[in-house]
Amino acid sequence: MNKANKAEKKLMYGNHALVEGVIHAGCRFFAGYPITPQNEIPEFMSIRMNEEGGVFVQTESEIAAINMLFGAAAAGKRAMTSSSSPGISLMQEGISYIAGADLPVLVVNVIRGGPGLGNIAPAQSDYYQATRGGGHGDYFTITLAPYSAQDLFEFPRLAFELAEKYRNPALIVADGILGQMMEPVEFSYEPIDPESLPEPEWALSGCKGRERRVVRSYDLRPGKLEALNHQRTKKYEEIKKKEQRFDALECDDADIVIVAYGTCARVCSAVIKMARSKGYKVGLLRPITLWPFPADVLADLSKKVEHFLVVEMNCGQMIDDVKLATECRSKISFHGRPGGGVPTPPEVLEKVEAILGGEK
Amino acid sequence: MKKLFGRPEGLTSTLLRYCPGCGHGIVHRIIGELLVELNIRERAIGIAPVGCSVFADEYFNCDMIQPPHGRGPAVSTGIKRVRPDCIVFSYQGDGDLAAIGTAEIIHAGARNENITIVFINNAIFGMTGGQLAPTTLPGMKSTTSVNGRDVKKQGYPMKVCELLAALDGPYYLERCAVDTPKNVIKTKKALKRAFKNQMDNKGFSLIEILSMCPTGWGQTPVQAKKWIGEVMAQYYPLGVYRDRAKEEK
Repeated sequence: MNKANKAEKKLMYGNHALVEGVIHAGCRFFAGYPITPQNEIPEFMSIRMNEEGGVFVQTESEIAAINMLFGAAAAGKRAMTSSSSPGISLMQEGISYIAGADLPVLVVNVIRGGPGLGNIAPAQSDYYQATRGGGHGDYFTITLAPYSAQDLFEFPRLAFELAEKYRNPALIVADGILGQMMEPVEFSYEPIDPESLPEPEWALSGCKGRERRVVRSYDLRPGKLEALNHQRTKKYEEIKKKEQRFDALECDDADIVIVAYGTCARVCSAVIKMARSKGYKVGLLRPITLWPFPADVLADLSKKVEHFLVVEMNCGQMIDDVKLATECRSKISFHGRPGGGVPTPPEVLEKVEAILGGEK
Repeated sequence: MKKLFGRPEGLTSTLLRYCPGCGHGIVHRIIGELLVELNIRERAIGIAPVGCSVFADEYFNCDMIQPPHGRGPAVSTGIKRVRPDCIVFSYQGDGDLAAIGTAEIIHAGARNENITIVFINNAIFGMTGGQLAPTTLPGMKSTTSVNGRDVKKQGYPMKVCELLAALDGPYYLERCAVDTPKNVIKTKKALKRAFKNQMDNKGFSLIEILSMCPTGWGQTPVQAKKWIGEVMAQYYPLGVYRDRAKEEK
């Protein structure tokens, strides 16, 4: 077991790196229900939370898990859960309520093949669900897509900070490959002492010395909910403006830019090397935030890049966002492996070569 | 002049919007009084249900949260685990607790979560218009069982205290009623013990309260009170179903 100490570099499973990242970020509340392929997270979390004096609850269902988060977050504490696709679907009711109550939580989805029970192989087929709200009502969730064990360590802190800044649920979407992959992880920042985190001004803690507080997602007064939703939309616009994150690799002179996130971005970073060695000018744009989608950089790129290739482990979901961002100025192709298939570098390179028609 | 009777500080000044003869107001008042008598108002966090008493978040003069239907025990768990010094109570109706939230209440009980559950059983879905509840009696009419509950088609009512008493987890389970002054006093005593158990870190207490719904039942308030004693309490016997304090002695 890889127990972490500060300022250390260790070879770790992605799932274990995520757990350490959550604890490093000062979170001491985990509630969840086992589902493959993310079981290492609750297993390791049960050990680490015990060591750190935190709360670990193995729940009766994903529905209970997300509602325990609702409670812990309303009480002003950092709280997280992890699950995989069918479990995340069950959590959507709670996520909608949490968004409606303007509370920060962290939900990790280690996506598997779907729909339905699907399979336990890595996939990215919950992209729409993650980036379009997922549950009922007008809302969005901040969604981060890690592509390394280091990201899995660092993104929980980022997710909590963004979630708290905007009082909004945050998601981290990964897949079984990222979770099972072993990589060196640097504990790149000092662990955050949960006691040092300020108590939010809306937190439920008992009303001693102040007015009572109420956390709710409903407002039945005529026009009030409408006004609240308009206000929340302004918040979403602000997030879209300020929080777009991405990584660009060799995009400056590229004739073709591959757009891929998570495991697909890992695969495609190998493709870039292969393509460049053959003389093809290929770049990679990796969205780090899937919502807000890094639309601005794609809009800029589309003014000089003729062709984009979207690579995903689904039937083509992010392609919509790329089209919207580029306003159809460029040609867009897609290569997808749904249902647990993982693209290989040679097959993506083949696609690149077909697009370029052999031109260098 | 000395004030002898007034609204307890445990309730806000908001007027209750319940139907005439409804039992919620009585139970609200009891809780409002206990928050003060036990000196826990300033460390209480209440969980409002969905249904007629959804506005409990406006009525109780303490921190409140309004979660999804049925999930009160899970939300309570999350709050209590991170704020063990707070007194957490979940106020739920029978649709909330015995239908959509069955899993949450059973497992919170099995874990012996140190929380207090106030369970209002009025044998019907009130707010949505008087439909069949898991607690609707055999033969009892509702808007979705207009000829009366047929157990062959709609199954049998759920006896929550008996169900939870089958588990090892719960610390204290009692069924009360608010149909007579005597029963109101007993209900207050039971709720007081339920809160005290939590203050003493004893664990899970649930007080089921048979409560009038004249509107949903198509009765006058007086008829509804009589119906509780004559019919409802026959199917749902009042009494203590688990008292681990006694077992421990």
